[in-house]
Amino acid sequence: MWQALYEELKDKGFMVVAVAQESRGAEHARPWIEQAKSSYWQLIDTEHRLEDLYNLVNVPQAIWIDEQGRIARPPETAGSTDHFRRMDLQTRTMTPEDQAERLAARQAYLDAVRAWVSTGAHALPADRARASLPKVTPEIAEARARFRLGVWLRANGRVAEGDRQMAEASRLHPDSWSLWRQAADLDEVGKASGPDFWKRVQALGDRPYYPPPKL
Amino acid sequence: MTKILTPDGEHDIAAHDGLWMSPLDAERVTGWTLKPEGMCRADLCVPLPASALAPNEVDLEAFWKKLGGPVIASEARDVWALGAPPEERNAALEGLEAPDFTLPDLDGVPRSLSQLRGRKVFLATWASW
Repeated sequence: MWQALYEELKDKGFMVVAVAQESRGAEHARPWIEQAKSSYWQLIDTEHRLEDLYNLVNVPQAIWIDEQGRIARPPETAGSTDHFRRMDLQTRTMTPEDQAERLAARQAYLDAVRAWVSTGAHALPADRARASLPKVTPEIAEARARFRLGVWLRANGRVAEGDRQMAEASRLHPDSWSLWRQAADLDEVGKASGPDFWKRVQALGDRPYYPPPKL
Repeated sequence: MTKILTPDGEHDIAAHDGLWMSPLDAERVTGWTLKPEGMCRADLCVPLPASALAPNEVDLEAFWKKLGGPVIASEARDVWALGAPPEERNAALEGLEAPDFTLPDLDGVPRSLSQLRGRKVFLATWASW
């Protein structure tokens, strides 16, 4: 997904690290990774550790990290948009206008990454970066512990109990699409984008599924 | 053996009655060391109530809850998950130093974010689902 960007910028001291939030394990992610023919790092995160460390709620989200290892931009949507919410569910297509807008938004995001790598543009000053960080609450922390336990229980044959832990995790942290969709996918491949997913998306009302980055 | 899942690892520990274990095991699981002042890591010590201490044993569940971290047990109480205390996570992120991690690539080779110091890193998640 990021290979062209990486090829273009790799000689400017730039690296891409793509992390699969994939509780089914590496083999499940392998076809996508091999198809991407990427030369940047593709890592496997069965326990969603990155989401725990960086307080993430969806995929794709990205964090920009500078040469000193500091967060230049906190987690935000990485080039995806909400246009999919208006697509025709029968034909799975978007209007030409929506498709064009979606592409333009993605292009603008990639341009911002290019500008950052070349000139440092779009890196946030510390106070603004701090202000954009979502806070970890006790409920979110408990949700992550339950999710972790749920993944382990499922992977060790205790499926029903694992599902109960994951359901409780989603109840505690309803804003996390990743916790809910990963649990749905573990239950059955495809379920993460099935009718229950669309019901949850519709229930968002005016709230975004992919909050646009404030570039 | 009791299985203990922590934010960055997994341990098999000889614990009893919940998470009572030797101070050495407690240190192995959490990185905190039992001293007369309490459980200590670097310069910081967290005092423990007498109820969480026994001769050569410590109640890790009580300690972890004192830290503010979630402690979740399986129904059979044979597998436990210790979650990161929210204040620890928030403080780390507010310091704006990108939290380091080590994760395997497709061939199982471990890769750490800190290996990339000196480069700009675009760290992105994705999923098959």
